[in-house]
Amino acid sequence: MSKLQFLRNLAALVSLTVASCGKKETGAVVVLTGSSTIAPVISDVAKRYEAANPGVRIEVQSGGSSRGIADALSGTADLGMASRALSADEAAKLTAHRIAADGVCVVVHRDNPVSELSREQLISIYTKKATNWKDFGGPDATIVVANKAEGRSTLEVFLHYLGLDNADVKADVVVGENLHVINSVVANPNTIGYVSIGTAASEAKGGTPIKLVSTGGVAATTENVANGTFPITRPLNIVEDALTSPAAKAFLDHLTSPAINDIIQKHFFVPVN
Amino acid sequence: MPSVSKPAARRASFRWLDRSFAVAGGMAALVSFGLFAWLIRDLVRLGMPRISWEFLTAEVADAGRSGGIGPVLVSSVLILVCCLGLAIPLGTGCALWLAEYARRGSVPARLVTGGVDLLASVPSIVFGLFGMVFFGQTLRMGFSILSGGLTLACMILPMLVRTTLSALEALPADLRPAAAGLGMTRSTTIAKVLLPAALPGIVIGVTLGIGRALSETAALIFTSGYSTRWPETLSDSGRALSVHIYDLALNVANGGPMASSSALVLLALILVVNSAAVTLSERWLLKRHQTS
Amino acid sequence: MGLLALVAGGMVLLIIGYLLTNAWPAIQAGRLGGFFTDTKWQPGSQRDPRFGVVSMLTASFLVTFLAVALALPVGLACAIFHRFYAPPVLERWNRRMLELLIGVPAVVFGFWGLMVVVPLLIRLAPGTPGQSLLAGSIVLGFMILPIITLTSQAALQAVPAAQLQAAAGLGMGRARTIWCVVLPAAKGGIGTGVLLALARAIGETMAVVLVCGNIPQIPKSLFDPVRPITSTIALEMGYATASHKALLFCAGLILVLCTALLVGWISFRRADSDPGTGGA
Repeated sequence: MSKLQFLRNLAALVSLTVASCGKKETGAVVVLTGSSTIAPVISDVAKRYEAANPGVRIEVQSGGSSRGIADALSGTADLGMASRALSADEAAKLTAHRIAADGVCVVVHRDNPVSELSREQLISIYTKKATNWKDFGGPDATIVVANKAEGRSTLEVFLHYLGLDNADVKADVVVGENLHVINSVVANPNTIGYVSIGTAASEAKGGTPIKLVSTGGVAATTENVANGTFPITRPLNIVEDALTSPAAKAFLDHLTSPAINDIIQKHFFVPVN
Repeated sequence: MPSVSKPAARRASFRWLDRSFAVAGGMAALVSFGLFAWLIRDLVRLGMPRISWEFLTAEVADAGRSGGIGPVLVSSVLILVCCLGLAIPLGTGCALWLAEYARRGSVPARLVTGGVDLLASVPSIVFGLFGMVFFGQTLRMGFSILSGGLTLACMILPMLVRTTLSALEALPADLRPAAAGLGMTRSTTIAKVLLPAALPGIVIGVTLGIGRALSETAALIFTSGYSTRWPETLSDSGRALSVHIYDLALNVANGGPMASSSALVLLALILVVNSAAVTLSERWLLKRHQTS
Repeated sequence: MGLLALVAGGMVLLIIGYLLTNAWPAIQAGRLGGFFTDTKWQPGSQRDPRFGVVSMLTASFLVTFLAVALALPVGLACAIFHRFYAPPVLERWNRRMLELLIGVPAVVFGFWGLMVVVPLLIRLAPGTPGQSLLAGSIVLGFMILPIITLTSQAALQAVPAAQLQAAAGLGMGRARTIWCVVLPAAKGGIGTGVLLALARAIGETMAVVLVCGNIPQIPKSLFDPVRPITSTIALEMGYATASHKALLFCAGLILVLCTALLVGWISFRRADSDPGTGGA
């Protein structure tokens, strides 16, 4: 690295920076941050919205529900995306708008003959009172229990349905993202896990060797989430504080209108508006 | 090395050692090559079918499940440029100071080396969170290519400093008195003698850094961000290839095949950038030899 | 020059300061009571919240050391082979390949580990979850292998030709030259590589989270799942509420400080014992 080359690099960097500072944004910018489950949906919505509303820029950033809530509170973002309900003290400062619903279903490997588990059976599996698949009509193999990491909304709604505290759950593996659960099941066919129905249904349709298990006698389908019969569901929320800008307000109105239902369905979630 | 491979006398124990070196080394090389081939084969099998000019240039569509990776590719390159633009001068400067100016083993030198070594062990996700606050919020860069690049620069800095330092320290000690004897000042010695001589080592550091920077995910999700728009300036948010791969692999249902294709493109990109770095440095060295 | 060095060396203080500020609420609230004695980590539990970091710290270091133990012999042997035994053209190609390998994103390694290494381990030890300490070490070892090989190779190359010629002049064979001359001279450079690899492994996030199983426990066997600190941060940071977040920053701070002790110890010892790669 000669001095000359270094200077040349520096000059290039500075000129680019100056150029970028010199360019003023002409239209309004709406920043959304938060849930990695919702972010892909909003990205697609934003693309169409920007095309229909020239001059408006929608910036979508991922990073987790809590980040969305924190950013909406601090003003870093205009709107937050949260795939869980707000806690009491969060709800005091923010308003949540439901844009879609999602179910949480149990998944096992496609080769596992078990296709239905009751709430009681799930409790005994997740507390390790039952540890072999043959107790449920499966093969003679130890059940590998996959639990989600603390704080994930799928964990919260699943444990709420089972009436368990996370300290009661005796897991063999702890996983994060939905596709991590699904691939854990693929890698070890004796695994049981739970994921977003949208993700599981679309993966199963795409040929991934997993099976969605009926829970409480109800098949795990988006239809059953939509008609309210499926027992484990969670909301996909957009949260705002009192200081939302007009541009953000307009985008929020768009998000809570039926105009985005086709995109929501394409992502295998359930429209609610 | 012909001078070594024609030994004058051979002792049985060392002949045995020689053989075991050869066998063990060959096996190790085979293992590392085999693992690599396995990984690449899987990536090619899953990712190759979708690779086309269209894929490289088109916009991201349907959350990455269709369309291409054009904007993501451009953002990745821009992030790398920002990163190297800061990391190379900073890293080389720091290593030069340690090797040529600071007294070896002195307290300031030890503190700087220790600080740099410690920097290497900061988890990448911590870099991301730190970069978001420091570059993004304190320095007001927001989610931007610049903020991502600078965060990466901090991350690969230890690699550059360490390898450059090793290269400088490995230079024959008599180079310096010889240069001084020719009446060269210290800074001329550095620019005309030491840096060119250490260049191959520095280039290794840079190629390591390039690989590390292009493959980093956790540090970028929070800094350069998630946007798949075509970047217009360095203050735009732009999704890096590695972040795109991560999102497709773990977050977007049925994103797996596209993740493999994107990973293949990433590997090709690294190959191109690294070859360019090596070729440039060799060409530069050659030109110096011809002119001097 | 000194200024650049100051910036480079001081960067880590900035980061530690940042961690400390964010961890402060947890430290102040005195929630560190069980941090070093409790092996359980269940910050989200309503009934029995526990914040023990011991098992995760153990996991971080265990996975890292095992990974280095796996990668160092292979990497070093590989470097020696390519430097002294293989034809030069092979060395060039091998280097290209390893440089490429460094650029494979962690998530690709992690995924590959989950789909290839984990099923292998299940076959090896039926009834175990597969995602385990060993799986994590293998994947991490694979990830740091290029770093170790490349830096070792650079260190071997940096041994002055004069020393090799002198050894040949003394009638030393190839193996003896490597053993008695080259390796001692290259010790410093190889150490640098190990240090870089160690640091890389301990800070690695996206790959370990996919293959380690992430159960916060002290492992009894290689096939037990473990949860390194970086995994915890990656798994929980995006979803943590304010007080939980402070705890995660605390855990991150502890990891950095423990690594500081280790790295500081190694780097100061090396500064004492061996001043360089043997130029003079």
